[in-house]
Amino acid sequence: MIRFEQVTKILGGQKILDDVSLTIEKGEIFTIIGSSGSGKSVTLKHIVRLLTPTHGKVFVDGIEVSAAEGAELEKARSLFGYLFQGGALLGWMSVFDNVALPLRERERISEAEVEKRVMESLKMVGLENDGHKFPNEISGGMQKRAGLARAIIHRPQIILYDEPTSGLDPVTARTIDALIHRLNAELGITSVVVTHDLQGAVLISDRIAMLVRGKFVEPSTPEAFIKATHPDVRAFLDAQFIPPEGMAGQWQSAVAVGSKTPRTKE
Amino acid sequence: MRFTRECLYADCEETSLYQLIQQLFSIVGRGTLLTVEAIFLFPYQVVNHRARKEFLRQAYVVGIKSLPVVTLVGLFIGMVLALQVGLEMRRFNQEYYIGAGVMISSLREMGSFMTGLILSACVGSSMAAQIGTMTVNDEIAALEIMSINPVRYLVAPRLAAMMVMAPLLAFYSCVLSVVGGGIVAKTQLSVPFMTYMKIAVDSADRYDLFVGLFKALIFGVLITGISCLEGLRTTQGAVGVGRATRQAVVVSFLMVLVVGYMVTRMFYTL
Repeated sequence: MIRFEQVTKILGGQKILDDVSLTIEKGEIFTIIGSSGSGKSVTLKHIVRLLTPTHGKVFVDGIEVSAAEGAELEKARSLFGYLFQGGALLGWMSVFDNVALPLRERERISEAEVEKRVMESLKMVGLENDGHKFPNEISGGMQKRAGLARAIIHRPQIILYDEPTSGLDPVTARTIDALIHRLNAELGITSVVVTHDLQGAVLISDRIAMLVRGKFVEPSTPEAFIKATHPDVRAFLDAQFIPPEGMAGQWQSAVAVGSKTPRTKE
Repeated sequence: MRFTRECLYADCEETSLYQLIQQLFSIVGRGTLLTVEAIFLFPYQVVNHRARKEFLRQAYVVGIKSLPVVTLVGLFIGMVLALQVGLEMRRFNQEYYIGAGVMISSLREMGSFMTGLILSACVGSSMAAQIGTMTVNDEIAALEIMSINPVRYLVAPRLAAMMVMAPLLAFYSCVLSVVGGGIVAKTQLSVPFMTYMKIAVDSADRYDLFVGLFKALIFGVLITGISCLEGLRTTQGAVGVGRATRQAVVVSFLMVLVVGYMVTRMFYTL
């Protein structure tokens, strides 16, 4: 679904991505972790062509987005929903109008249909009673959920999450994690998550990779990832108190906080 | 060539004079591309009802919200002009012709020039700050990912509103200058108001009016192009927004001066 072919990105004379090759399969939840400034968000921005590789190619569903222009780029972008770190809601619009924006601007549908779909989306993220509020009237967690409602309004095949749980309390963070998992399970959406929150990542991901000095290390299942011996990965895991034996038993209780349909993890 | 946002900030670490000059030309080029793309997107402002609504909102912001400042500045510029020139003319017993002086200077220069400065300070700064904040908050990136062209959505309605409202404000400012001059002529120089107005109206020339309004139109385009470009190329959070706003106002001021002279030179040659 998403393929990086020998991608290198140099920003300000510094190599942020160094000859990265990576494939993300359809329907999986792929999590990228790494320290601040390691290039996680840069990786996401390459997928939607907010940035262009210095060298290499990025493919999404067969389209080379790193070279696409005009209608082809628009077609590729229509596959995506993107949840920004702060929600990136337009401040002068209500939550409802923010969520409705992609439909009103891109699709020729009636206002009644817009309203129906917006309410569906808001209901999915638990904001059906907050549509009339403005972004500055709701909490950070609600802003992220509103951003998520906007990201899924056009029924994308891929959602990119940039730090979906950063700055949130643990309960809200688990709610967002559960939501990501639910969207993946119910709608079959491919998800790429960039996060520092390793506990959430271990709970919801199909695969996790860590970005270290411009390269992905240990792209593997959560179970294999937490047993990693790579010193940078180990340091990251130890700093978040994740032992190599894993987090067995914690999934059900953690996800139950935010979801009625927790996933069964082996 | 399509304007892309990434190209806006793929620069700015070089320091040599040659590279600075290169950057300057590059920024001018980007600003021109941005403005031209926005102008090509004007038809959408007409056919789409949401875009029309946004255009009207921007016209309100540019026109109606600037009105109090333009009113005061226009009035007082006319009063100052009448007083300064009138006192000199009185020495030659020519104060009855003060209306002509105020009318000609307002139409040719002061109306558009003062409107340009007011729009740079009031509207340009707010455009740069708003778009700059949107940029650092990822709202512009969000628009791009939703395949909503930020130039169409944000720049085109602002440019269209400015192109309509700047000449209207300049005209309004001229009228108030003449009225302000009349008040001073009557109260300070003892020139009857109707005499003042008759001489002022007789000296008004359609060509001067056309040049003045054309200049205001050009200022509107420049201020919007500069302010939106500065907003879109904002980086580094709140500090960046402050820098973009300051830059937008300073560059707009300078452009109003320089381009104002160039347009005047173009239409009035010896």
